[in-house]
Amino acid sequence: MKNENLYKYILGIADNSLILGQRLGELTGHGPSLETDIACTNISLDLFGQVRSYYQYAAKIAGDNRTEDDIAMLRKEREYVNVLLVEQPNTNFAYTIARQFLFDVYHFLFLTQLEKSKDLTLSAIATKSLKEVSYHQRFSTDWLKRLGDGTAESKEKMQEAIDGLWTYTDELFHQTEADKAMVSEGVGVDVTKLKEAYYEKVEAVLKEATLTVPESKWFQKGGKQGIHTEHLGYLLSDLQYMQRTYPNMEW
Amino acid sequence: MTTTEQNIESILIPILEKVSDPEIPVLSIMDMGVVRSAVIENNKVKVQITPTYSGCPAMDVIGDDIKAALKTAGYDSEIELILAPAWTTDWITPRGRKALEDYGIAAPLNAEADKDVLLNGKRLVKCTNCGSTNTRLVSQFGSTACKAQFQCDDCQEPFDYFKCLK
Repeated sequence: MKNENLYKYILGIADNSLILGQRLGELTGHGPSLETDIACTNISLDLFGQVRSYYQYAAKIAGDNRTEDDIAMLRKEREYVNVLLVEQPNTNFAYTIARQFLFDVYHFLFLTQLEKSKDLTLSAIATKSLKEVSYHQRFSTDWLKRLGDGTAESKEKMQEAIDGLWTYTDELFHQTEADKAMVSEGVGVDVTKLKEAYYEKVEAVLKEATLTVPESKWFQKGGKQGIHTEHLGYLLSDLQYMQRTYPNMEW
Repeated sequence: MTTTEQNIESILIPILEKVSDPEIPVLSIMDMGVVRSAVIENNKVKVQITPTYSGCPAMDVIGDDIKAALKTAGYDSEIELILAPAWTTDWITPRGRKALEDYGIAAPLNAEADKDVLLNGKRLVKCTNCGSTNTRLVSQFGSTACKAQFQCDDCQEPFDYFKCLK
């Protein structure tokens, strides 16, 4: 492949949206209320839309008759490079909101920088996605505050979810080799530079939600290298079921 | 890449105007502003369309419908999906806004008012049934990616609001 770093770089962005989109899609018909159900699945649809644009571009770079569907459906677990945060399960609604919020804040900061990429396709996808992601961020921030500053029970659950997922936040700011190569070409975003603004924003919202900012300094990593938590395998078997059972099937 | 101008040959306009948004059948894709260019080259029409939202499932159908409409008019065509410049609700024409309202979907407010109704509980969206602005947000998300759900507290009518996208 001619531009392997760019290909890997695109997957590094897109896989996050694919896996989070799939997680949210699991709530179709299972959300805690009709409105939140529709909201989560709307966000899922936005993420899948963004993923299609990224994978179509990646398929073009890969050549060899690769398609967006191959990339989404026919890779093995170790070949997905999403961060561990997005593959965490919908343990309860507090976890769904905490995961969404912790990702949305990052996603918004990231896309704001990707918009300035020298790569015109990535920049266009970023501009388009940013409009959608700012809406996602409003939704998750709103719910985080409502549950955090809500009843004793909602507060306890929201705090537990934030504490549980906090360990996956640091990985968002780890650079891969493809990242470094793309940053040096003016195509990629230097994620290490987003870290300060990220924690500042997250902590401000947590405080407003009357929640405690976790103090743990020990963080999980591995997703970007394809080393995942046990949850991803189950998610992929759901996601890939049709293509694995009926190879090359089309709707 | 950065132009917001449309480049559509006048002979093609009446053909494209007959193609409607599959999720909002009263609205022509031309009034929706999703057709960015349509030019004839060697009896083949090259059409560029842009999605309203990234995940809008209507885009594939819109592409097929355009091809079919052009075929009926005697043209072969090629559809290209472009992302830049990104679509905005400002591209919906006045006629398109009226078609939305007549269909029961409140047309998008300006960006500031939109934020007020979606985040701050302000009552500004006009009920599509009775015209009252005594309406409240039921859900920030609706039946499609582009809409939110509202209810009128005067006539009790539930209705969709087309969210402002800038």
